[in-house]
Amino acid sequence: MMKHRIRFTINGEVREMEVKSNQRLLDLIRNDLDLTGTKEGCAGGECGACTVLVDGKAINSCLMLAVEADGKEILTIEGLAEGMVLDPIQESFVEHGALQCGFCIPGMIMSAKALLKKNPHPSEMEIREAISGNLCRCTGYEKIIEAILNVTQKQA
Amino acid sequence: MAGNVIGKSVVRKDALEKVTGAAKYVGDLKFSPMLHAKILRSPYAHARIVSIDTSEAKKLPGVKAVVTGEDFHQYVGLYLVDRTLYAYEKVRYIGEAVAGVAATSPEIAEEAVKLIKVEYEPLPVVLDPEEAMKPDAPLIHEKLHEYKCVPFIFPVPHTNISNHFKIRKGNVEEGFKQSDYIFEDEYYVPHMQHCPIEPHGTIAHMDQKGKITVYNSCQSPNATRKLLSAALNYPVNKIRVIAPYVGGGFGGKAGATIETLVVPLAMKTPGYYVKLIYNREEEFRDTFVRQGMKAYVKTGVTREGKIMAQELKMIWDGGAYTEYGANITRAAGYTSGGPYEIAHMKTDSYCVYTNKPVGGPFRGFGMGELHWALEQQLDQIACKLGIDPVQIRMINACRDGSINACGEKLKDIGLTKCIEKAAEMIGWDKPKEQTPGKVRGRGIACMVKGPAMPPNAGSSAVLKINEDGSANLLITATEIGQGSMTALAQIAAEELGMSVDKIEVALPDTEYTPYEWQTVASRITYSAGNAVIRAARDAKRQLKELAAVGFGVTPEEMDVANDKVFLTANPEKYYTIAELSLGLVLPNGGGVGGPIIGRGSWVPEGLGGLDPETGQGTKAVAHWTFGCQAVEIDVDVETGKIDLVNVAAVYDIGRVINPCMAEGQTQGGIVQGQGVAFHEQMVFDENGKLKNPSFVDYKLINAVEMPRMSIHFVETPLEDGPYGARGFGEHVMVPTAPAIANALYDALGIRVKSLPMTAEKVLKAIKDKNSR
Repeated sequence: MMKHRIRFTINGEVREMEVKSNQRLLDLIRNDLDLTGTKEGCAGGECGACTVLVDGKAINSCLMLAVEADGKEILTIEGLAEGMVLDPIQESFVEHGALQCGFCIPGMIMSAKALLKKNPHPSEMEIREAISGNLCRCTGYEKIIEAILNVTQKQA
Repeated sequence: MAGNVIGKSVVRKDALEKVTGAAKYVGDLKFSPMLHAKILRSPYAHARIVSIDTSEAKKLPGVKAVVTGEDFHQYVGLYLVDRTLYAYEKVRYIGEAVAGVAATSPEIAEEAVKLIKVEYEPLPVVLDPEEAMKPDAPLIHEKLHEYKCVPFIFPVPHTNISNHFKIRKGNVEEGFKQSDYIFEDEYYVPHMQHCPIEPHGTIAHMDQKGKITVYNSCQSPNATRKLLSAALNYPVNKIRVIAPYVGGGFGGKAGATIETLVVPLAMKTPGYYVKLIYNREEEFRDTFVRQGMKAYVKTGVTREGKIMAQELKMIWDGGAYTEYGANITRAAGYTSGGPYEIAHMKTDSYCVYTNKPVGGPFRGFGMGELHWALEQQLDQIACKLGIDPVQIRMINACRDGSINACGEKLKDIGLTKCIEKAAEMIGWDKPKEQTPGKVRGRGIACMVKGPAMPPNAGSSAVLKINEDGSANLLITATEIGQGSMTALAQIAAEELGMSVDKIEVALPDTEYTPYEWQTVASRITYSAGNAVIRAARDAKRQLKELAAVGFGVTPEEMDVANDKVFLTANPEKYYTIAELSLGLVLPNGGGVGGPIIGRGSWVPEGLGGLDPETGQGTKAVAHWTFGCQAVEIDVDVETGKIDLVNVAAVYDIGRVINPCMAEGQTQGGIVQGQGVAFHEQMVFDENGKLKNPSFVDYKLINAVEMPRMSIHFVETPLEDGPYGARGFGEHVMVPTAPAIANALYDALGIRVKSLPMTAEKVLKAIKDKNSR
């Protein structure tokens, strides 16, 4: 298998690594970088558990090859909090009890992060659409939507 | 204020780890040296295994072990011991595990699986349970009569019927004679998948002493340990099951599934950690699935709408093995009156083997299937008799003093309050709003469920008091998202008069955390909660005794609150809990008592068996929880698509321990019920092959589709519930689908009696009605 040398930024840190041609970005993140907050739920781009930001856009990291990360800026759930200080989205999820088993939550929060970056005051429907690619089997989404709405209202 | 936390929306204990990505699930764990497992699965739904040749696979560099049913064909099963660890002599569904490989990389394991040669001799396939029940049907389990089972499961030897549960209450023929009208109909529910977002995963390890450690995405560490021990004839204390955070269970991770494949591989590779995480296809097909069910209902009613008699036949599509599923058919049987009192009942609930994936526990444990039938049947009766659907439910609802299907006299029942409140919340008597281009309908459905478990299913808890006055709570309830860590910490805090922040709750590790039967049956707050109360009271007793020694009084003169143990008559005289944590220190420096450890054990009392011929007995389950949902839908008559607009859900949960979590649990249940109503079904081809094992073809509800929800809890205390609390985690998804079906009738006068209510089915029903 051919290997490629890539250079990218992950959670603010510049890294250079060798990756295989067929390696997924998700494998690079979870297996090589040990950032296991990003989850694998379906490997088919359907559940959104593996959502990370690439150059500010939410993508399913199971559908992107690691080589494509060359020159890109990647943000994972581990890059949101600064030390023990949570990102306002994370804080709002905690406050609103917007989680149950938690497996979808990193992906959900990353989708919310991407949304709020480009649209700091989304409507409820815009929030629903932004997280419609993130499946949650526990919460029924209501508290998650409340949590994201509340971040925007706090900032308003 | 310490203590005083019951009924408060305390922040979840697991919240910070889960929002930061720090929470570890089995798939996130890495060990060294590690092996990766892959499973060879049957391409046939029913076939004899003629031969298996693993020699080429074993030769592949990097392969450390290959196992098959030749090595591991021990039987395993919770209620009916009918399943082997690996397929042996026969395969019984497409996907059944035939061989397992452990290798140094997932790629090598995958390659090795392809090198295993299996010769099969196909056998006749039986996919329809009604066909499978016929006397001349090919037998899926020839040795059913030899299988071990618990005393309350009744297999019919030399048939495909693995359980026949009966209710004979009153005299059903007499009941029909007393009826003014008789209604008969059929209802159908297809197979479904739990679809936890985290697939099943196991890492198993055996050390050179023979100790087996299993890191497991499971709901039942103790049950898993017991099942492995029984199957392998291995001492319980040589098996250790650790359950980190579990990414959703819904029943699918109860009992034992994936671990029975991984542990044999670990036993062949001492010193290695063998890891297997299911892919989504395996997750759909090769774990437990929700059984399909066909119900034939005959109901006799008076012209005033009182149900006089009910005859119900339920045929469950149990799949290839029914070790767990057999008990679901029992639960649906003893609950077959639903939330109503019916004087004359005849119920036959059959669990039937078919060549389909393994049926097993699924949130609701048979109740979703049962109520899909009963709640539409009652609605049809109401509409035909011209009685309001709310009114007919009020007429028949179980109340204090009602006698249920098993002859149990009920008490402390708040169902009628739930019905009235749900109707009020949805605006039952108000004019409907209209969405342009759509037709609005309203519907209502009720439900009841009890925790289905063996009569002696127990819980225990250990509470360690630390030297700074904090505490560690040890329990083996798994945190599957339901919030058990938080609710149980609240209960401990309440009893100890301690701040809930000072209580740290352990994740299960059977080596250190005490016995818990299983995290199933909506029973943890109820059962483990009672054990925690007892553990806390035990610790409190010890604290009081020590303080009493210190003050030279009797323990009865002491009280505990606000992190202090004080004289009731003079609260200024106290020890802090911290001061007493390691025992009382006397003025001379000597000690009394030693470190404080509270222990609590609990089992519900007064449960017993039911008569095998009549299903009559004292008490089938520990308690009953009732509820009601009312919905509003919009139907697009051009496309047949239904939108779920509003849902009002009211449950009598005895006592709300944590309002935010109770509400969240209910919202999640409603939306799962919505998925059942609109999308979810496992589709099989004529050979028994699952056609839709992915989220592309098996749709879950997403954030755009979910409805507006309003939720209310009635609190009729349960006598033996912690602070009166009842279980309700599963219940909240049960009535959603029938309520929507009833709303569809309200909107358009059509009924879809087989789930799911897809746009195609609805459109067809609209066209059929228009052409009549």
